[in-house]
Amino acid sequence: MSATRATGERVDQKIGHNLYDVHAVRRDFPILRQEVNGHPLVYLDNGATSQKPQSVIDAVRHYYECDNANVHRGVHALSERATNDYEASRDTAQRFINAADRGEVILVRSTTEGINLVAQSYGRPQLHEGDEIIISTMEHHSNIVPWQMLAEQTGAVVKVIPISDEGELDMNAYLDMLSPKTRIVAVVHVSNALGTINPVKAIIDAAHDVGAVTVIDGAQAAPHLAIDVQALDSDFYTFSGHKVFGPTGIGVLHGKRALLEKMEPYQGGGDMIRTVSFDGTTYNELPYKFEAGTPNIAGAIGLGAALEYVGELGLDAIAAHEHDVLEVATATLGDIPGVRLIGTAREKSSIVSFVVDGVHAHDVGTVVDSEGVAIRTGHHCAMPLMQRYGIAATARASFALYNTREEVETLAAALWKVKEMFGK
Amino acid sequence: MDLRDLYEEVILDHNRNPRNFGAKPEGCTCTAHGHNPLCGDDVQVHLKLDDGVISDITFEGRGCAISTASASLMTEALKGKSESEARALFDAVRAYLTDKDGNSDADSLGKLAVLGGVKDYPMRVKCATLAWHTLQAALEHRDEPVTTE
Repeated sequence: MSATRATGERVDQKIGHNLYDVHAVRRDFPILRQEVNGHPLVYLDNGATSQKPQSVIDAVRHYYECDNANVHRGVHALSERATNDYEASRDTAQRFINAADRGEVILVRSTTEGINLVAQSYGRPQLHEGDEIIISTMEHHSNIVPWQMLAEQTGAVVKVIPISDEGELDMNAYLDMLSPKTRIVAVVHVSNALGTINPVKAIIDAAHDVGAVTVIDGAQAAPHLAIDVQALDSDFYTFSGHKVFGPTGIGVLHGKRALLEKMEPYQGGGDMIRTVSFDGTTYNELPYKFEAGTPNIAGAIGLGAALEYVGELGLDAIAAHEHDVLEVATATLGDIPGVRLIGTAREKSSIVSFVVDGVHAHDVGTVVDSEGVAIRTGHHCAMPLMQRYGIAATARASFALYNTREEVETLAAALWKVKEMFGK
Repeated sequence: MDLRDLYEEVILDHNRNPRNFGAKPEGCTCTAHGHNPLCGDDVQVHLKLDDGVISDITFEGRGCAISTASASLMTEALKGKSESEARALFDAVRAYLTDKDGNSDADSLGKLAVLGGVKDYPMRVKCATLAWHTLQAALEHRDEPVTTE
């Protein structure tokens, strides 16, 4: 534990112990004030989706109660207010990831849609037989299947970066894989199943050395780490709103302007056009070229409120708080005999995946639920990763900015109950 | 809800020590593969039919306590039963586990009635029925893996 403690001290020094009052923060999330199966809810399934602060709920409600109208169309007052709020959320998202230009911030449905958009609008016209796409063993299905589909369509080949038993990418293997044939490198920033924080800056730089374009799946990074797409120099970066305390059905795809300009639209329809005639159509400017149809206006407005909320707490403070909870969880769960942690990378976000010897993850999930504790059990949409570890499923506790050390203790007590029930 | 209604001692016992767990019996006449993609439960059921009677039955694979116990209890109940009795039992078990109104009769199920605990846990019903669907596939000589989805 001394290595992780040392890291913790560094984090503390860097932010000068400027942590927030987690109990005050919890009061911002109305859903947390409830009992489940007779116990206070302990919500540790943030990797699946996060809970929403009152400000997000209020923003969505206000839009429907006061401002509901379509965007970019009407000249009437409601349409103007809706358009302003929708576009203000784009500006908030731009600041959140430090994008150079608001035209590079495309509002999509989800991380999944962001990746599919890049695969089809960038990849499909660009890739040819024998070209290579590099992904990693720890990808979510949403960063595997779109590339398999693209490979099927173009004759390109998907190559997979292996990982160590601890759950770290084999960077030497990655560097060996890179060649002038590499056209796309698509990797996850933070693994949803292991919590590993990947060295994306080094991955991106090495990809650029061979002329490849990079796609970063930031779904699990956005709620936990400060993202700076200019510092990373990522070509495409995408994340979902609902994992960062916003609504479902909204997400962000960032792409470099030069790449987005030369890409074909993803879908055709309203809003993405400049002029339409039966002789031909000209497309709208960025980002609207990629936003066909009436967008998820309420979702975007809610996302804006969520990113403001996170921004006010500060990602450095959030990361430090979560690091503290992660350390306690790693030590407490690791001390329970028969509990084996899956994913022990040096750089980790606040996700603890584990298996309990002789007990299936689903039984673990059901027993801890009876104590009011919500965790995820299963393959976490990462079946190749489960195969890598030779397991069918894990239980996963994923912590967010509102989780506490006490909740870790509740989970640990519930795991003792699991052992008692299923022990031989 | 009391967790002990789901994890009754019989369930825990069959999970710890599954009966008829193992590879194909000698002279196995039909086998089928069942998979629950949601949780990764995976089971194979092997049957030896002699003149329409299940003279031997085994299962292998991995799954949660509910699916393992259900498969174990199933093999115990079916040994020596005719093919038509097995089908009738499948129908009765399925009706019992998916019956939300509580009208179906547990009396005919004997020991298998302990599986009824899943009724209060809708997410777990598929765990309990997986082995049974796989049994049905084996009786029908279906090669395609059965899924619960």
